[in-house]
Amino acid sequence: MSGLRVDRPGLSTTIQDLGRPGHQRYGVPVSGALDPLALRLANALVGNAPGTAALEILALGPTLTVEADSVRIALVGSGVGLRIDGSEIAAGRSVTAPRGAKIAVGGFTDAASCILAIEGGFDLAPCMGSLSTYARGGFGGFEGRALHAGDLVPLARNAATPGPERKAPPIDYGGGPIRVVLGPQEDWFEPASIERFFAEPYTITAEADRMGMRLKGVKLAHSKGFNIVSDGIAPGHIQVPGTGQPIVLLADRQTVGGYPKIGAVIGADLPRLGRMRPGDIIRFARIEVADAEAARRKQAAAFAKLVQAIGPVVVVPTTEQLLGTNLIGGVVSAAPPSPGEQALATLSRKR
Amino acid sequence: MSAVRFLAAGDAALVVEYGEIIDAALIDAVQQLDRRLAATAVPGIIETVPSFRSLMVHYDPLTTSSAAVIAAIQALDMDSPIAGGTPGRRWILPVCYDATFAPDLADVAAATGLSTEDVTATHAATGFTVAVVGFLPGCPFMAELPAAFNLSRRTTPRTRVPAGSVAVAQKLSVIYPTESPGGWHLIGNCPIPLFDAGWERPALLAPADAVTFRPIDAAEHARILAATRQGDYDPRRECAA
Repeated sequence: MSGLRVDRPGLSTTIQDLGRPGHQRYGVPVSGALDPLALRLANALVGNAPGTAALEILALGPTLTVEADSVRIALVGSGVGLRIDGSEIAAGRSVTAPRGAKIAVGGFTDAASCILAIEGGFDLAPCMGSLSTYARGGFGGFEGRALHAGDLVPLARNAATPGPERKAPPIDYGGGPIRVVLGPQEDWFEPASIERFFAEPYTITAEADRMGMRLKGVKLAHSKGFNIVSDGIAPGHIQVPGTGQPIVLLADRQTVGGYPKIGAVIGADLPRLGRMRPGDIIRFARIEVADAEAARRKQAAAFAKLVQAIGPVVVVPTTEQLLGTNLIGGVVSAAPPSPGEQALATLSRKR
Repeated sequence: MSAVRFLAAGDAALVVEYGEIIDAALIDAVQQLDRRLAATAVPGIIETVPSFRSLMVHYDPLTTSSAAVIAAIQALDMDSPIAGGTPGRRWILPVCYDATFAPDLADVAAATGLSTEDVTATHAATGFTVAVVGFLPGCPFMAELPAAFNLSRRTTPRTRVPAGSVAVAQKLSVIYPTESPGGWHLIGNCPIPLFDAGWERPALLAPADAVTFRPIDAAEHARILAATRQGDYDPRRECAA
């Protein structure tokens, strides 16, 4: 069986795709990648459909051994990049690793999560239509859990498709405050508290995971208590329990809940939010639904352009190689090659 | 029916709210709308999630909009017979009310003013409707017990409630599908699986399903539990009414 052998699992490495919609009425969370833009772009780089399952890596990445003839992979979402047998490969591009190669993703602090996509994806059976791992429920992905050392994660392909490696410009996640649509229980809060929610900064506490992130900041005052009759929870919903401190609900959020929800982070800002880490400071801004929907369409259009801008990685020969072959001209690159690209060019010739 | 409110829930979901309390008429209104929407293919709706007093409608903002979804719901003819849509299934679930499974039975008896026998007899005689499945995958919240059962949750929630625990609060009954923390009053145990990711419908019970309980003794409870563990007990067959 072709696969990736897990030497070291990293902090929490799970298989995720674009989620498991359609079963929330049975209490099944949607799950899926915290940063769906990274998932889509990483898949595009290795030639996959946008929703193909990939590895989502939190904070500290895994070390994997290639147990297939070759695999094409791409890391997107953190600038950390990866190493193949010690050679550094930048994020935002594809690369092919031969059998026996060690793929390593180190620790990173520029985002909470990143995505490692593999050409062809995994040879695993979907659970309720999705390969997303829901670890709390013990289903989806690889045995319903984060990867462990020793696991062999089965791959759908035994070899990378021959062809050039590809790279993409960086994703524009947008900036400024995180935008929030009020509701459905904004009338359960004192109007002054709603004003302060949008005026004051909130800090992400250490209690942050795939389900949600607890924030710390100005305490919000409920006007009618903090126990509502449970109702549905939407992506990015911000619930406020009796402590008055908001909790933003992310990919593994429960489907219904009994705390008042002051509002929901808009879809266009969820990938950026999903990248934020404990200690990061969030400011919120109010936006109307129609404007939020327009922002989402604008992001989708910009992302489609980004995918169209994917082009081949140009490997520039080293001076030594140029002298050796007396080859001048013909190869042009706007940027100097990374040491990793040069090492890899050498590596693939050696093999 | 009380006035319907359309409430925002971000830019990929909206809430159709019928009220703010737990009430049989509101639960019914939510389920009527849910069935009617299921029978009407509204473009861009991804799924709906019924709860006690509102329906959450998840939609794709890239193919539709909140305004378009609201317009489509307002255009529904709520008085016509529902064409299609799945009415709820009917279930008879085994429950053992023995003291080992019912640490809160005496408290519930005291709070309701009933004897412990009357508490379990009332629970077993009630025809429940599943209003919500949530909190945990496959966890049913069922309405509704008589007014005397309008109990608050426990002051101090338990950190570990055993799987299968049958509990009451707020005129509702619930069954914990897996061990979890919980603040409801435990009055019995139902030894059957309520969730299986491999089932076509992963939850045994769905909103709008009808449930009654069949009291069993500890020996039968043990038998069902053992059969379940050996894969010889399929509740989809054994518990269908």
